[in-house]
Amino acid sequence: MSNANGTMNLTLKVWRQPNAQTAGKFETYKAENISPDMSFLEMLDVVNESIIHTKQDPIHFDHDCREGICGMCSLYINGRPHGPKRAITTCQLHMRSFTDGETITIEPWRAKAFPVIKDLAVDRSAFDRIQQAGGYISVNTGGVPDANEIPIPKVIADEAFNSATCIQCGACVAACKNASAMLFTSAKITQLALLPQGQPERYRRVQSMVAQMDAEGFGSCTNTGACEAECPKEITLTNIAHMNFDFFSAKLFREEEVHAENHGG
Amino acid sequence: MSELKQTFNSSLGKKLIMALTGLFLCVFLIVHLGGNLLLFKHDNGYSFNMYANFLTHFPPIEVIAYILYLCIIVHAIYAYILTTNNRHARPVDYAVHTKSPVSFSSKNMGLLGSILLVFIVIHMGDFWYKYKFTHSVGYKEYRTNLLTNQTTVTDFTPQTADFEHSQSFDGDTEIIRVKDLHSRIVASFSIWWYVLIYVISMVALSFHLVHGFQSAFHTFGWVHRKYKPIYEFIGTWLFAVIIPLGFAAMPIVYFIQSLNK
Ligand code: FES
Repeated sequence: MSNANGTMNLTLKVWRQPNAQTAGKFETYKAENISPDMSFLEMLDVVNESIIHTKQDPIHFDHDCREGICGMCSLYINGRPHGPKRAITTCQLHMRSFTDGETITIEPWRAKAFPVIKDLAVDRSAFDRIQQAGGYISVNTGGVPDANEIPIPKVIADEAFNSATCIQCGACVAACKNASAMLFTSAKITQLALLPQGQPERYRRVQSMVAQMDAEGFGSCTNTGACEAECPKEITLTNIAHMNFDFFSAKLFREEEVHAENHGG
Repeated sequence: MSELKQTFNSSLGKKLIMALTGLFLCVFLIVHLGGNLLLFKHDNGYSFNMYANFLTHFPPIEVIAYILYLCIIVHAIYAYILTTNNRHARPVDYAVHTKSPVSFSSKNMGLLGSILLVFIVIHMGDFWYKYKFTHSVGYKEYRTNLLTNQTTVTDFTPQTADFEHSQSFDGDTEIIRVKDLHSRIVASFSIWWYVLIYVISMVALSFHLVHGFQSAFHTFGWVHRKYKPIYEFIGTWLFAVIIPLGFAAMPIVYFIQSLNK
């Protein structure tokens, strides 16, 4: 909601931290004459402009596509990852979702496995390492196969596609009271486990990706569902159940060995 | 590390242990409630005392009882380990606390579980421990005339301290002498704060199980829409409503009866 001039004045409490080794603290900034039609990141750009004019260090935050598809933006805004709206990323969040005069607290994703790089930018390479541990399929080289060569039922294709919409932003970890990465990991596992192309590595994949997830120091799921509520792509908890099922099948009922190599972390 | 050890040391393995022990405890609650309904029989505790005697002297039940104690301990220890790990996973906490829409139960399982653990210690200390390991529980003698089916009750003091139970006949009269746990319960449930502890604990039980029961199935990975509504229904109505209400009714009814005496 804007004021009589059609703009908004806001107070920002922003987490500033020079690097992972140095302790951080909140700094207060004024964001003035903000258009309600700006995105949250554009509002931060405006604030950074004025910070740069005073020859100070601008606020660091992650962003790339700014249209909700890359998963690069983050920000824990007033107690919620990606802010107060459901099923959108911070770059898709408009300032009209706030009220004129409001104080907005902005924090980085907080998890041991996501160390702060600077200010609001955190290192999410733990996700890459989980993905590298098994989030792939084997494909023969040679001619390009015809499209739709392997028949896949519509329901399965839809379900796999829903899992595949995960953009790896890390909001699930940020929202989870246990800083658990199970929604992310399970979406990546389930996407491939559902499809015929993912079958050869299915039971090895679930074991090595879970092992890597544990090695990175994420917490474990208590089926609370904050991740599902905050995921900008609305990935469901059902993915976690699928992962659990495949994991226990692999560990307890199948002959599938895994020699988990830890890729750092 | 052996493969099984590796499995149960993983985050998912630990959750599996929580789920399995938790469900075993849920099944126990059904049996425990069923048996304890004998407390509502107006027979001066005859059926209940006989039942208590049976439970402590029938070997298969004793074995299951020890598995049960083990489950309680393992469930608590793994909850502690998982909670500590989860705390460590977020060393710096948020300044603004989460506003994500989640249920009270799922957020507070640790707190609710701790209340239940304290309750179990009090509960077992007062009844189970005193019944099995001390001589502070008295005895009753039930004389039943087999022709008229009339029973008279008297207190009874045995010759030896470890006397448990006897059955004998005196003409047409059956004489049963048994440890009197029932009077111990009557005494405990006439204290208002003791009743209050029980009622609060049963509220905690309700909230613990409304999340816990269905959460266990989620951990197994059983979430198909065909049967998910069934265990959600059972978790809500049986485990979060009927069972806690049934248990809470016992101290409440006994307390009200004690007021009328
Ligand atoms: S910047 Fe790409 S999703 Fe927000």
